[in-house]
Amino acid sequence: MSRALRLLPIILIIWILIAFAWRLVQPSDSVVRSHLVNREVPPFTLPSAVAGVPGLDSASLATGEPRLVNFFASWCVPCVAEAPILERLKKQGVKIDGIAVRDTPGGITAFLDRNGNPYERIGADRSSRVQLSLGSSGVPETFVVDGKGVIRFQFVGPIGSSDVPEVMKQLEEAK
Amino acid sequence: MRALVLSIALALGAPASADSNLPPSYWAYRQLPDPKQEAKAQALMQELRCLVCQGQSIADSDADLAADMRDLVRRRIAAGENPEQIRAWLIERYGDWISYRPTTEPIALPLWAAPIILLIFGGAIVAGRLKRKRS
Repeated sequence: MSRALRLLPIILIIWILIAFAWRLVQPSDSVVRSHLVNREVPPFTLPSAVAGVPGLDSASLATGEPRLVNFFASWCVPCVAEAPILERLKKQGVKIDGIAVRDTPGGITAFLDRNGNPYERIGADRSSRVQLSLGSSGVPETFVVDGKGVIRFQFVGPIGSSDVPEVMKQLEEAK
Repeated sequence: MRALVLSIALALGAPASADSNLPPSYWAYRQLPDPKQEAKAQALMQELRCLVCQGQSIADSDADLAADMRDLVRRRIAAGENPEQIRAWLIERYGDWISYRPTTEPIALPLWAAPIILLIFGGAIVAGRLKRKRS
């Protein structure tokens, strides 16, 4: 056997070790991104999640101006942190709809009483079906939907105050 | 004393839970009455990735979202949809990543070619050895 061939296993092992080391230093991105960005919102109809706030359906998202669709839940801790930011966006004139994932009317009412209600409409997604049909994988998650009902941007995780300019920019671009 | 009170409080305090407010969806932990349909659903669920515990299949995961995905799979199969349609529906939303079954897209080509290449390589080594023995 030639010398080069005998070195092959060693080279292979070093190569594998380098690959391991690289992934340890640079962990892979575990954020799940929806493939429906730039596509129309899939049809859905959700009943009202709490008394006094109307439900949400896909057809009514095409209002002619961009809006946010926020997946949240009263059992979701980061959603509490996100609530004041949504409130601030609402004050700046951003239209926000909510989809409450796996939640009870009592839970949502208590959540809104404590954290304020930035939502114009809230749909109840009791078995995550709408969440799955939009390619979302957790709460909170926020979609920018343009005036024609096309998803233009997905924000994964809670919107922090430092993310507000990015969200505003995406809303502007969706006009 | 203070340490004791604190440790008792810690032991009694319920951890902040990330579980949802609702009981599992109907088909999440229930088998379909038709064994043939259940077998189809099981086979598909073994090959779908959990969005929460990435690396587990939805058949193995106890996450709420995995339970809801099992509910979705069983509901659709009970409604007469075939498993490949459901897989395609999920791939449309989450990409090939959601399915554990390797795709036939060009990106998976090395994977499909590997056994053939290894077989040729092994064959060459065996052929070399046999030749040397004879001479």
